[in-house]
Amino acid sequence: MFVLAKLQDVVRIPPWQFNKPLTEAITEELNRKLSNRVLYSVGLCIALHDIVKLEESFILPGDGASHSRTTFRYVVFRPYVDEVLTGRIKSCSSDGVQVSLGFFDDILIPPSALQQPARFDEAEQVWIWEYEDGKHSLFMDPGVAVWE
Amino acid sequence: MEILDASSAVLCNFEVYELLQDVKKQSSGKKKKSQQKNLATITYETLRFLESTPCKYQSERCIREFLLALTKFQLTKSEKLQLLNTRPTSAVEIQLIIEESEERLKDEEVEEILNLVKTLLPGPPEEAAADGAEDT
Repeated sequence: MFVLAKLQDVVRIPPWQFNKPLTEAITEELNRKLSNRVLYSVGLCIALHDIVKLEESFILPGDGASHSRTTFRYVVFRPYVDEVLTGRIKSCSSDGVQVSLGFFDDILIPPSALQQPARFDEAEQVWIWEYEDGKHSLFMDPGVAVWE
Repeated sequence: MEILDASSAVLCNFEVYELLQDVKKQSSGKKKKSQQKNLATITYETLRFLESTPCKYQSERCIREFLLALTKFQLTKSEKLQLLNTRPTSAVEIQLIIEESEERLKDEEVEEILNLVKTLLPGPPEEAAADGAEDT
């Protein structure tokens, strides 16, 4: 579910933060930049794990802030194919069932991936799993915990 | 921003849980929280999600013991990780987690894995109380 991604970036520390220890200022800046944001082809960034390498800080002409090239590891939420997770149903629509994990809401289960046979009830806006040819109809109501 | 390695290591829920508790402790000491709204949001939500999983009751020692006990079954890394994160209690769950479990493992081995999970990985206290009541 969670992986550690090794990233590298030039971190800018403005002059009014020079009183703080450099690692603390860099941690804060990286968290401010990345946490709770999705990085393309990496995943949802959660928090900084540690700083691997911190190179010399430079002050560039025209800008009073210091720039330091940092190599760091970030905790990222990145589920892989075939992983089993437990979430809650947020809503149902004809496109599928939307499931939420609390911190991540964008999980959509398309109709083809639902247990077959399943049908969508337009009136109540819920998906129903017809277990054993309609003997038991299991309603997928919002708020019910599911495995996906 | 350069991506040197998009997945340099895989973390189990317990490790993320510990890290986020550290982050929470550090941020509760400082006064200025307004800058770290995103961090506070994601930390709070992820901690809430992780507290509903069995990782809340795990410790480094029991995870190490569990992984050592699993070496003889020759499971892949992702299967062991899922066993740790989801703490299965039935054979159906094992079949979901372990690919081709019917071919790779005999019934007794599946039972053994379930027993290992039950004894080495602590679970929610109500479960332990129910087991205690059953035994007496």
